Amino acid sequence: MLALLEWVLAPLRYPFMVRGLLAAVMVGVVCATVGSYMVLRGMAFLGDALAHAILPGVALGYLVSGGARDPVFWWAMGTGVLTALGIGAVGRGAQVKEDTAIGIIFSGMFALGIAIISTMRSYAVDLAHFLFGNVLGVSRGDLWLTAAFGGLVLLTVFALYKEFLVLSFDPVLAATLRIPAEFLRYLLLVLIALTIVVSLQTVGVALMVAMLITPAATAYLLTQRLATMMLLAAGLGALSGIAGLYLSYYVSVASGAAIVLVATAIFLLTLFVAPGRGLISSWIHLNR
Amino acid sequence: MSHRRSALRHASIVAHREEVPLLNASEVTVAYNGALALNDISFKVENGERIAVVGPNGAGKSTLFKVIDGVLSPTSGKVQVAGHAPGGHICIAYLPQRSEVDWRFPVTVADVVMMGRYGQLGFFARPGREDRDRVRQALAMVGMDALARRQIAALSGGQQQRMFIARALAQEAELILMDEPLAGLDMPAQEQIMAILDQLREQRVTVMVATHDLNSAAEHFDRLMLLKARMIGIGRPWEVLTSEHLSEAYGGHLRLVETEEGLFVLQDTCCGGGH
Repeated sequence: MLALLEWVLAPLRYPFMVRGLLAAVMVGVVCATVGSYMVLRGMAFLGDALAHAILPGVALGYLVSGGARDPVFWWAMGTGVLTALGIGAVGRGAQVKEDTAIGIIFSGMFALGIAIISTMRSYAVDLAHFLFGNVLGVSRGDLWLTAAFGGLVLLTVFALYKEFLVLSFDPVLAATLRIPAEFLRYLLLVLIALTIVVSLQTVGVALMVAMLITPAATAYLLTQRLATMMLLAAGLGALSGIAGLYLSYYVSVASGAAIVLVATAIFLLTLFVAPGRGLISSWIHLNR
Repeated sequence: MSHRRSALRHASIVAHREEVPLLNASEVTVAYNGALALNDISFKVENGERIAVVGPNGAGKSTLFKVIDGVLSPTSGKVQVAGHAPGGHICIAYLPQRSEVDWRFPVTVADVVMMGRYGQLGFFARPGREDRDRVRQALAMVGMDALARRQIAALSGGQQQRMFIARALAQEAELILMDEPLAGLDMPAQEQIMAILDQLREQRVTVMVATHDLNSAAEHFDRLMLLKARMIGIGRPWEVLTSEHLSEAYGGHLRLVETEEGLFVLQDTCCGGGH
């Protein structure tokens, strides 16, 4: 018992671990809540694209500010919101399908980001930090920014719960009830962008989509109402963050990867054993 | 209708004028990419009527419903609901085709019916006791009270349809538009829906149903509207379902048979295909 307690407490002696855990929990909660809508509305690809498209903004911010933290955050925020708004216009009256257009533009922006970073060897910038995050490098100021913007995102999702619900479930009813569908669609994209920006340092660009959709997808398998799905997803996101960091501490694997691996393992386990929607239960149902 | 609460209500409430028809469409034309989905359609619907909208695929039935509930603006002509343009009426309810719905969405029957209350609630407001009472009454009326907490994927086709009717009731709709509500339902389920439509008639709720089933349309509805982009006929079933009208709408693959129980429409399958 004492050994277990020691096992749990040992990492907490390091302030950077405490900050990392706090960041991972906040990011897990915010990502999973917003991600619930992404899972239900089929926006996984869009979220992935949005995360990658923020990279040139981050890189430029780094270049301009000479590596100072706060300016990079605001550059990422600006790029994220602009890209989110730009996404709404992509594909309307275009010559190619919407997902093709998004694929082209966002991989192009991602390449631009990598190109900019590759010119900055003098700053000793590690590309891996942008791609995979560096949760143990989270500062006190980063935590406040995460808390402030994460809180703003959660508050918006909570306040507009029924509007987003009806818009996602039945757009025609939403139109009949005069719910401003276009405004809410853009707002959701901006919320996703904000979520990505505050999560950037924890999991990085490449693994972002997993934080957004994996806990939400797990919760989708286990619940029958949107509100419970969001709560469970938030809990699973936080749990993945904590378990992932301990895994990272004791097994020495990259923290972002460890968090995502835990979330993925929980999903796979649920996929097989979930009551009602899991594979085993479907199989029993079929053979009854 | 009780109108209360937030000034931030999504839909402005439109005062109804009693002396005008509930629905008045005049010379409505809708063009999609140059083709006419609806061509110069005019008709009136009185309060409490039950009307079937029939016609071949692509005849403009769904387009007509979209124009009536204000989701789509006509290219020319106008629609008036209780004397006002369709925008702003939360008294119109559109019931989606079952195939258009994501049945695995994490909502219960009661959640879906509660969505009918959202127009009354407005931004930020949460459903209160009155809203929950309305939902309960609506579910009771369609015989679904026992299923209120069920996830919607666990419903049969007839139950899914009745849930959406309950949502229209919770919305306090005075005009309900149903898109193929009987498609794919077995006979007992169809009869349940028709029984609910009878109850709606008693409450003076106006119902318009788009359907492929000419026989049930002729049997159960006050008036029929036969569309093929333009209005081929509107009136009592026997006035509309003439051989002439049917061949105009369906191109000669339907035949009319008069029996002792009334009119029957037969599909001419032996030589209809492929030409």
